[in-house]
Amino acid sequence: MIEAGILLLLCQLAGESIVRALAVPVPGPVLGALFMLAFLALRRGVPDNLARTSHDLLANFSLLFVPAGTGIILHAARLEAEALALIAALIGSTALTIAVASLAFVGMDRLLGGTQPKEQQP
Amino acid sequence: MNPGLGQLWVYLQADPLGWLTATLIAYWIGVRAQRAAGGRPSVNPVAIAVVLLVALLAATGTPYQTYFEGAQFVHFLLGPATVALAIPLYENWRAVKRSLVPMVAALLAGTVTAVTSAVAIAWALGASAESLVSIAPKSVTTPVAMGIAEKLGGIPSLTAVLVILTGIIGAIIATPLLNALGLKDWRARGFAVGVAAHGLGTARAFQVNDLAGTFAGIGMALNALATAILVPVLWHW
Repeated sequence: MIEAGILLLLCQLAGESIVRALAVPVPGPVLGALFMLAFLALRRGVPDNLARTSHDLLANFSLLFVPAGTGIILHAARLEAEALALIAALIGSTALTIAVASLAFVGMDRLLGGTQPKEQQP
Repeated sequence: MNPGLGQLWVYLQADPLGWLTATLIAYWIGVRAQRAAGGRPSVNPVAIAVVLLVALLAATGTPYQTYFEGAQFVHFLLGPATVALAIPLYENWRAVKRSLVPMVAALLAGTVTAVTSAVAIAWALGASAESLVSIAPKSVTTPVAMGIAEKLGGIPSLTAVLVILTGIIGAIIATPLLNALGLKDWRARGFAVGVAAHGLGTARAFQVNDLAGTFAGIGMALNALATAILVPVLWHW
């Protein structure tokens, strides 16, 4: 667990440092994920403890959004005043984006004649 | 209240430990509620946790800043968890490599749709200018979205809230919507949810299928990049 923690933090630290030093428009942790990917590719495999720790982290990914979500309390007045516009925009745009992106994916996949063997059905 | 209890309350309310514990318990209640509902996506653990915590903060008159001193330890883990997305990405690398072209098509279509449709709907319904800027990056993961909003003169903390509402909405509607569209490709399903609803959509995708979760993580990361580049361009144009 310690080794996994060190690896994750080192990758993030490298990502954040480079983003700041070079002012790249990429979030630090995303660059950190690329470093992690490179590390795994060089090592040709995922260490057991890293696999376990990352599985635990990702299994509880949505918990990590709770503190920022609770910040809704700071904007209660505006959200109330513009509730209809904002909620309609969020629901409409999210649904539209899911539909457009998934159909574009499948459409391009069909144009290419299918890029993957059939997976199990949902 | 007797003096001992009063002191205990003062301690709990001011100490980070109390609010950190409250955050975990609120989320745990949300998870149990979703399980009790047979895993139905409409019973969303994050939404339940936020409602409980907001009620608790309001009832105790606690400022958000005090709450965040405790909750920041959970918030901090967003960074390492994002790095951890590299592990399923590596494990599914062969499927990812073969899907590059469909991913680029879905990314371009998704990023443009996410930004323009959100701003257009909000504008048509009379949202204020500040809200329009703040809602533009709503499909992007929190820290990046806040950065984009700030650069364009929006309100970063409002953007954070809109981002998380988007994530909750995406996690709730993704499964029924994609089923209604008749899509059976886990890669397409996951990728679209990651583009539209960032980390919360990704968390939901991992709940359903590992390959979908992996593609959602990629969709989230690519959309953060694409939106960071696209929104300022669209805005000035």
